[in-house]
Amino acid sequence: MKKSEEAFVQKKYKTSVGSKVFTVLNTLFMAFFVIITLYPVLNTLAISLNDGTDALRGGIYLLPRKWTLQNYATVIQKNNLITGAAVSVARTVLGTVTALAANALLAFIVSRKRFLFKSQLSLFWVVTMYVNGGLIPVFLLYKGLGLTNSFWVYVIPGMVSAFNMLVLRTYMVGIPDSLEESAQLDGAGYMTIFTKIISPLCKPVYATVALFVAVGQWNSWFDAMLYNRMSGEYTTLQYELMKLLSSVTNQGASAESMKNAAAAGAVTPTSVRAAATILTMLPIVCLYPFLQRYFITGLTIGGVKE
Amino acid sequence: MKAPKAKPSGQDRKITWKEIKRQKVLLFWSAVFVLYGFIFCYLPLGGWLMAFQNYKPKDGIFHSAFVGLDKFEQLFSDMTFLRVIRNTLAMGVINLVSTFVMAIVFAILLNEVRSRIGKKSVQTISYLPHFLSWIIVTGILHDALSSSGIINELLLKFGILDQPLNFFAHPRYFWWIVAFANVWKETGWNAIIYLAAITAIDPSLYEAASIDGAGRWAKIRNITLPGIKPTIMILLLMNVGNVLNAGFEVQYLLGNGLVKSVSETIDIYVLKWGISQGDYALGTAAGIFKSVVSIVLILVANQLAKRAGEERLF
Repeated sequence: MKKSEEAFVQKKYKTSVGSKVFTVLNTLFMAFFVIITLYPVLNTLAISLNDGTDALRGGIYLLPRKWTLQNYATVIQKNNLITGAAVSVARTVLGTVTALAANALLAFIVSRKRFLFKSQLSLFWVVTMYVNGGLIPVFLLYKGLGLTNSFWVYVIPGMVSAFNMLVLRTYMVGIPDSLEESAQLDGAGYMTIFTKIISPLCKPVYATVALFVAVGQWNSWFDAMLYNRMSGEYTTLQYELMKLLSSVTNQGASAESMKNAAAAGAVTPTSVRAAATILTMLPIVCLYPFLQRYFITGLTIGGVKE
Repeated sequence: MKAPKAKPSGQDRKITWKEIKRQKVLLFWSAVFVLYGFIFCYLPLGGWLMAFQNYKPKDGIFHSAFVGLDKFEQLFSDMTFLRVIRNTLAMGVINLVSTFVMAIVFAILLNEVRSRIGKKSVQTISYLPHFLSWIIVTGILHDALSSSGIINELLLKFGILDQPLNFFAHPRYFWWIVAFANVWKETGWNAIIYLAAITAIDPSLYEAASIDGAGRWAKIRNITLPGIKPTIMILLLMNVGNVLNAGFEVQYLLGNGLVKSVSETIDIYVLKWGISQGDYALGTAAGIFKSVVSIVLILVANQLAKRAGEERLF
C-alpha cells in the first residue's frame, strides 16, 4: 500500500517537474520565434525613422537614435514610387473585385446539383491547376493578345483560379438546396438566386477569397517586370521597390559613395530604402490581424480536399 | 416516348431540351468560362509545339520547321541545364522538408502554450511574414546577412567569427539561406492547417492519457501526431508535385554572379534563355521538362499514398 502510494506521489512529482521544464523550454522557444519574426521588421522601421547620416554609424536596433521623418518625405517625392503605388492600388482593387465575381459565378454554376455539365466543367478547371503552358508560351500569348505594356495584364489573365473556385464551391455545396428550390417556386431565375440568396450567405468565404487575391495582387512584382518593364506608367510599387533595393545593394559595396550621398542631405540610400519598405508593407500589415478568421476558414476549407 | 428507367440521380441530369432551356443562363456563363479557360489556360499548351520546332517569331508556330527532339538533345547536353536541374531539386527538397517539419513542430508547440493571450499573440505575429512580398523579405535578408548586418554582429560578438563573413559570396551557404527564407516566411502560415487539425482531436483522449499518467511528450507522440497524420499526408502529397516549383522568386532576388552555379533554377534558366536570349524553343523545352516531371511526381506520390492506405488527392 504505502509503496504504491509513494510511487504515485513520486510519479506525479516527476511529471509535474517534466511539465514545468517543458513549459519553460516552450516559452523560450516561442520568445525566440517571436524575436526572429519581428526583429527584422522593427529594425527596418527604426532605421526608416532615424536620421540617415546618423544611421551609418550603426548600432540601431529597435529604436531610432535621431528621430526624423525626412526619409519618408524623400520617398513620397519619388514619382516612380507614387505612380507604382497608384497602379498597385488599382490592380488590387480591380483585380480583387473581378476575380471574386468570376470565381463566385463559376463556383455557383458547378455547385448547382441539376447543372448538366457540372463535373465536366469542374474537371476542365481542376486540370489547369496541374498543367500549364509555362512561361514562354504564356508570354507569347499575352504579347499576341496585346496584354503586354498594358495595365490589363494584371487583371484579365488571372481572373479565374481553380483553387479559389474550389474553396468557394465547397462552401456553396454546403448551403441547403431547399433555399434554391423555394426561390425557384417563387419564380426566381438563376441569376437572382446567385445574387440575392447564395451570395449573401457566402460573405465569409467571399472575404477569404478576396483576401487571398488582394494579397497576391499587392505583392506581385514579376508580372510587372516581365510584361510592363518597358512602360514606366504601368509598373507596380513592388517592382519599383525592387529597383530601389537592388540599386542600393550594388552601391552598398562602397561605403564612400554612401557617405557622399549622405553629405548631400540627411537621407542615405539605406534610410530611404527602409522607409520605402515600410510604406510598401504598411497596408497589409495593418489589415491582416483583423482578417485572421477569414483566412483560417479559407485554408481549412481549401487545403484539405482537392 | 418510352418511360426512362427510374434512376433518381440520373433523371435530374438527363439532357433534354426542357432542361437546357431551364438552365440557359448557367449554360451561357459556362460557355464564357470555357472560352476564357481555353484562351488563358489551354491555348498556351499549344505553344509546346515550339519546343519541337526551329521556332522563328517571324514564321510563327504554323510555319516554323519541325526539328523533332533536337531542342531536348541540346538541352540535356548543356552542362548548365543539368546543374540547374540539380539546384532546383536540391532546393525543392530542402525547402519542402524544412518548411514541413518547422510548421508541424511550431503548430504542436504552440498548441502546448497554456496562456490563451500568449497563444493568440504568437500566432498573429507568426502570420506576419507571409503577407510580406519576396521583394521585402529578400531585402531584409540582405540587410541581416550583410557584412555589417545583425548576424555578423552577433557572430563576432560571440567569437564565432574573427571577421565579417559575406554570406552571399559563398556558394555553400546559398541553399540554406533560401531554406531559411522560406521557413521564416511560411512557418506560421503553414501551421494554420495543423492547428485546425489539432483542434479537431477529441479532448477526451488527452484526459484519458493524463489519468494513465502520460506526460506532455507522451501525449504529443501518441495522440497529437497520430491525430494530424492524415493532414500531414495530404499536404505532403499536394506539395511533392510542387518540388520543382520551389524556386524562382527567392533565387532570382538573392542570387548574384558569385553564387550563380548553385542559385539558378529551371525557371531562371527558362527566363534567361527564353525571354532574354530570345530562344523561345529552348526555353519552352525546359518548361515542358519541368511540367512533365511535376505531373509524374504527383502521380507517383498519389500511387504511393494509395498503396499505403492513406488519403489521396484523386
